[in-house]
This record gives sequence, structure tokens and C-alpha cells, in this order.
Amino acid sequence: MRVLPQYRGHRVSAGPLSASSPKGVGHILARTRRDFLRSAAGATLGSTLLRSSWARVAAPSSRRKVVVVTFGGGARDQETFAPEGQENIPHLMHELIPQASFFTQVVNRGILGHYVATASLATGVYETINNFASLPPQSPTVFEYFRKDLKRPSSDAWVVAPSNGFNRIGESSHHSYGPGLGARVILPKHLLTAATSGRRNDYEHLLRDNYETPYYTPELEGSEFELQQLEMILKLSVDDFKAHAQTLSSPDELSVYIARQLMRQVSPSLLWITMHDIDIAHAGAYSLYVEGIQRTDRLCSDLWKTIQSEPEYAGKTTLFILPDFGRDSDEDAGGNGFQHHRTGDALSRTTWMLVAGPGIRENVVFDRAMESTDLVPTLGSMLGFSASFAQGKPINELL
Amino acid sequence: MLPRDLKPEQFASYPPEARKIVTNYLGILQRLPLSFVPGLLRELIDYDFKFPAERKAHEKELAHLCSLPAGELKEWFQGFAEIRLSPQLESFDWIKLPAQFVEQLSAHLWSTHQLDAFRKASNEYSDRLHSAVPPAPPAVSRLGITVIGQGVASYDEPLFRKLRPHGAYFSRVKPEDGLRLLLDSVAARAKAHPAPYGHWYIDGGEEADHAPALTCVSYKALEPVRAALLRKMQTELDRPGMGPEALRTLLAQMRPSDLGMNAGNSGKPRDEVLDRFQVKLLTQGSGTQIFSTSFAQWAAREALRRAQPLTLLVRFAPRQRQKPMNELLSAVPARPELDFVGSLIDADLGAYYNWLNQQRLPGAEQSSFLVWFEGHGQALTIGPSLPRGTESTSAADLAQLLALAV
Repeated sequence: MRVLPQYRGHRVSAGPLSASSPKGVGHILARTRRDFLRSAAGATLGSTLLRSSWARVAAPSSRRKVVVVTFGGGARDQETFAPEGQENIPHLMHELIPQASFFTQVVNRGILGHYVATASLATGVYETINNFASLPPQSPTVFEYFRKDLKRPSSDAWVVAPSNGFNRIGESSHHSYGPGLGARVILPKHLLTAATSGRRNDYEHLLRDNYETPYYTPELEGSEFELQQLEMILKLSVDDFKAHAQTLSSPDELSVYIARQLMRQVSPSLLWITMHDIDIAHAGAYSLYVEGIQRTDRLCSDLWKTIQSEPEYAGKTTLFILPDFGRDSDEDAGGNGFQHHRTGDALSRTTWMLVAGPGIRENVVFDRAMESTDLVPTLGSMLGFSASFAQGKPINELL
Repeated sequence: MLPRDLKPEQFASYPPEARKIVTNYLGILQRLPLSFVPGLLRELIDYDFKFPAERKAHEKELAHLCSLPAGELKEWFQGFAEIRLSPQLESFDWIKLPAQFVEQLSAHLWSTHQLDAFRKASNEYSDRLHSAVPPAPPAVSRLGITVIGQGVASYDEPLFRKLRPHGAYFSRVKPEDGLRLLLDSVAARAKAHPAPYGHWYIDGGEEADHAPALTCVSYKALEPVRAALLRKMQTELDRPGMGPEALRTLLAQMRPSDLGMNAGNSGKPRDEVLDRFQVKLLTQGSGTQIFSTSFAQWAAREALRRAQPLTLLVRFAPRQRQKPMNELLSAVPARPELDFVGSLIDADLGAYYNWLNQQRLPGAEQSSFLVWFEGHGQALTIGPSLPRGTESTSAADLAQLLALAV
């Protein structure tokens, strides 16, 4: 997020995207994703004129649930939906897409830092807060709209997030919302740090705070899910938590474990899970980045299976999966390919979204351009609240 | 402070060569927009420690800007002039601290949604400059060589997938004495076409014996420097109030002597230009302190971008298995476990990036490239006379492949 275009060399043409304008690149990305999906998963092309049967089929709004998963760290087409990348996402390709509506061109026009971009997704406004500071979003979050408008208790909206920097994502600093109206936030890695104080070596592979500034762990500010609440709320002893953590290979696996526990014990109607393993790409090791994609693909499938098997969620839950943004193109000389998301080029701004659940049309691809800020107004239309400060628009194909 | 107010005495703290070039061209700097000038000063302040190719490029750029009539100059910089800056940026001491200004400008562009406009202005400027002052072709066609997979006994997945459409794949290469052969070829080119910083050998592990005419950078040789850097970072992070931005600023200001790269260490006189280059690899590269594959790829990228070598041999070595960052930061002297196959995958993409970055330089149409799976029979060559997307099962040694490529 800090490097300016500076590589004044020739532009090299190694692929089909090199000569296009940013808008043109977005269209090409959308079209190629659509074509890949149609050939690989047999998905049909949807039209904006076709409306979802969601409103007719879905449960009454008081019983509806939504799970949002950010396919985190940002992943590019060539490692995911392009032909050479599909081997990395077998679960998305063969299990989820056949049951989902897939949007091929979701554009993020905001700041491409993980915290601020996730905050933008959660508010429907392109936030401008410092990505590395412990600050709440400036605009009301989806959790605040949901809880205030629908008079829901704090137990009904939760966030499971990867690092200390996300501790304040649950509620904004907005004067009409803010303290007391947001989501509860669990930082599983922070819990594990607390649980393993004194003997961290066994677990340290899980405890890195983030990958973009790996040497720095922000101090926690704001309200905090404390260790003792593990037992009270999640019905999980510290010993069991520690023992299970030792069987896991990554922070995102720990997050999904906690999310499942939340779903079983608390069953929130609005659950937001931020994945982050893929962002290991910042360390420059391509094999670790690809492993992160493969793991995230598997974890998304695991979550979908949990949704379908948990009585409180089965048949009434809509799952949204979307990256917060992409990563730099190989062809932008100002970046270093997959490693970062700093150039602001079209590839790093253009992503996708997958939506599955009752009433959502299955195996359909939509390739019109939409913005990542459209998520919150769409959730508002689905769940029955008004996202009055959001910049985006509801996605009609889902309503 | 705006560029039009610039005065020679404000550059008193710049190193001598940097001060000289800035004051020589002060007249043109005064006429350029604030969104542009600190970015240029960020480069010029290091002029004393730049490679010859960089110095030449800066001189040509400034000389050309001086020659532009007023109307044309305005047109060239219209996009930059339209960038809205904050009063904080305008009052920042960007003369003394141009790199920090650029960091803050970057954050400002993102948060005010002006990044696309800035990108457009930068690309247009770059294109105009490239047309007006085309870079000189290299004295001899460039050659890039990348060696991957050191220590991997066998690997069944296809290699060079991204490069295959651009060159000829050979599956029966004779691997015997391959590295020596490649180093000898590089040394012969260095002897035939001598040029300062013109022929490079980058090793992600311990450097092999090589001709003194080669500019050599290796991960192993920098081990004490990496350890010193990690210790310093850990100390700084323990200070109250230290955050990522402050740490980045601190790293950007580090000099070779701060990390123990003193003349007394080896007894040899130090090459200050190369020392600074190496320090920047570690302080400004991401993951270069931890993973040798990231180091080798970034070193190659930066060598190509900055020194524009005629020859570049990059040999990747196995990196350590991914470990928790805190443990790595502590620089415990335990022997790290290595991830051979992961390193091969990293290096395979690294080879593609090396070729892409080589193709960004002048003379790309005539340049050649070879990538070899070390100790094995697979290689791929790209050259102006070689067919693309082809495969050969003919037996050949690496010298023969190089002869085909160049």
C-alpha cells in the first residue's frame, strides 16, 4: 500500500491483459472468469433481468442467517479461477460453485490494505482509516445497522478475525451508532497467545499477527473477548482449546474452529469470518502463497458443510465468500507480481463473489461490474435493515 | 515549501555528487509540481551511490526536461499538477526527507482516491520520456541465466510452465558440471565486454568460485548483516510508540556501517555502491531477511531494474522451512530445516519474474534467457532465433544450449 509506480522500464507483454485500460482489464477478467467457469463447472450465464427466488424461498427475516467469509489476503486469477489456477481451488470449483451464484467482477475502489479494505466491506463505504492503526471504522458497520434496526442482542452478531489490528472492526466511531451497538469480535490468535503464555514455542506457528508488517503486533484497544469467556460462551476449556490448536497448521484453521464453536454454542444470525493465510505472499514465497489458497479453499468448503449440518443454520443461511481485493499483476513493473497489493492496478482491484444458500440461484454466473461496497446494502435488503450511510447498492440478482 | 522556492543552500546536507546534480538542475526542479519533485529527489539524494546506468538515466532525464519549451513542460506535468496535496504535505521537509515524503504522499493518494490519477500521470510521463530519450541499446545482447532446484532429488510436476510458451524446452540436458560451465560462460562474457556492474552473479546460498570481474551478491555472505539487522529491528520494536511506519523510516535510513559492513571486516576496501545496494535488499525487500528464495528473486529484480546488467546469473538455493516469524526474528543459531520442494516452486516462478524483468530493459528483442533445473536434465531457453512453445528431446549440454540461445 505504500509503493508508488516507479519502475520506468519498458512494459512487457506476456499475457492478454497488458494492453488494456483498467476498465478494460476488469471486463476481460470478468469475461475470462465467466468462460472458465462455464467450461469447468458448467455454470450458466445469468442476466440482471433474472431475479433470485430468495425472497420467496428464504426463511422469514427474523430466522434468516448470514455468514460472510473474506477469502483473505487476496488471491489472483492465475492462482484461482484461470485454467492453470483451478487445481488450487477444487472445493470452490466442484462443490460450491455448482450450488452458488458467482459474480465475476467485484471492484474495490478503496485502499488496498487488509484492515481498511475489510472495514470498507463491513461498512459499505470506502474507509480511509490508517490500515495499521487500531481505529474503528468511521461509518456504521453492518453489525450496527443489523443490531440497532432489528433490535438484536450483542450475541447475534460476531466477527472472527485474524489479528490484533482487526479488534475494532465490530463497531464504528459514527455518532449515531458506535459503542454498544456493534458485533462481538474474537481474535483466536490473541486467545491462543493468552492461553499459552509462558510456553509459546509449541504454538508459535499460529501466532504471527499479520504478514504485511510481520515484525509488529499492534496493542489491543477497545473491548476484548477474554480468555475466561472461552468456557462461558463457547463451552470450551482452555486446555481443550490449546490441545486442539496444536493439531492445526494455520491461523485460519484456528479461526474456522472457533467459528464452528460459535455456531454451535451461540448461533449468531450474522457471522463474519476474515481469513488471512494467503497473505503469507508478502514474504515472497510463492509455494506458501499457493498453499494458503488451497487451505482457504478447503476451509470454505468445511464452513459450508457446517452450515448445512448445524440445525440452527441448515436451510436458512446465506453464505457470502469474497476476497477483500486481489494482488498485483505480473505485468505491472511498479509491483513484484503476486507478492504485494500495492500498485492499485486493475488486477489488484478486481475480485469475485460467491453466494450460496436457500433461494440463491445455483450454478449461475453474473459478469456485470459491481463494487465491494454493494455487500452491506445487499445484506440490509436480505435481513431487513437499512444501510443508510452505505455508498453501494443492493445486488438485485440476489434479492 | 513549494519547488519554486528551492535554493542551492537547502541541499547542503546532500552527499557531494547529489548536491552537484541537484544544484546544476535547480532551475528545472523549481518549475515542476510538488507531487513530482520529491520522488525525483528521493532518487537524486542517493546519486553518489547509484549504478552507472542509473546516473546516466537521471542525467538524460534532467537534461531533456531542461530542453523542453514552457508549453510542452506544462503538458508533460499536467497530470501531476492536478494532484491535490494536503497542507501537511506542503509543509513537510521534503528536501531533507524525500523518501518519507513519498511514503506520506502514497498514503494521501490512497485515502483521497487519487492513486489512479497519479498512476496515469506517472505512466504518461514515463512513456513520453521513453519516446523522447530512448534508452541506449546494450553493448551486447543481454543474457539471463537462472538455476533452480538445488538439492532436489526428484520432482515429477512440470517445470517452467509460465516460460514454455516463450521458448524451447529441453528434457535431455547433460547436467554434468553444469554450474561451472555456466559460471565460465558468464566470466567469458565479462572478459569480452567489460563494464562496471555489467555482469552479475547472485546466489541464494553460498556463492561458488567465480571470476572477480563479476559483481557478486550472496545470501550466505550477508548472514552477519541479516543477523545484525534482525537484532536492531527487535530492539527498535521494543521501544514504546514504535509502529510500522516508524520502523520503515528507520530501515530506509540504515547505512552499511550501521549493520557492521565496515572495511575492517574483510580487509578489502568496501564497494560503497554495492554495499548500499545490498543493505537496501534487506531493509526494503519483503521476506528477503527470512527466505533465501525471496532474497534471490528480489536481488535479481533490483539488479535488473537499477544496474541493467548485460549478464545476470541467478542461482536459487533451498530456503528454510516456514517458521514462526518471532522465532526467526530471534536469529537463534540453530540449523534451520530446509524446504527443498517449496524452494523449487518459489524459484520456478522466480525464474519467470527474472525473465519478465529482463524483458523490461532496452534491447529486449535481442536478449536471451536460460533456466536450468540444477543437477537434472530439464532446461528451457529463450532467444531471438529460437522457436517458441517447442520441446526438444535432443541431448545437449548447457554450453550448447547457451550457444543456441545467444
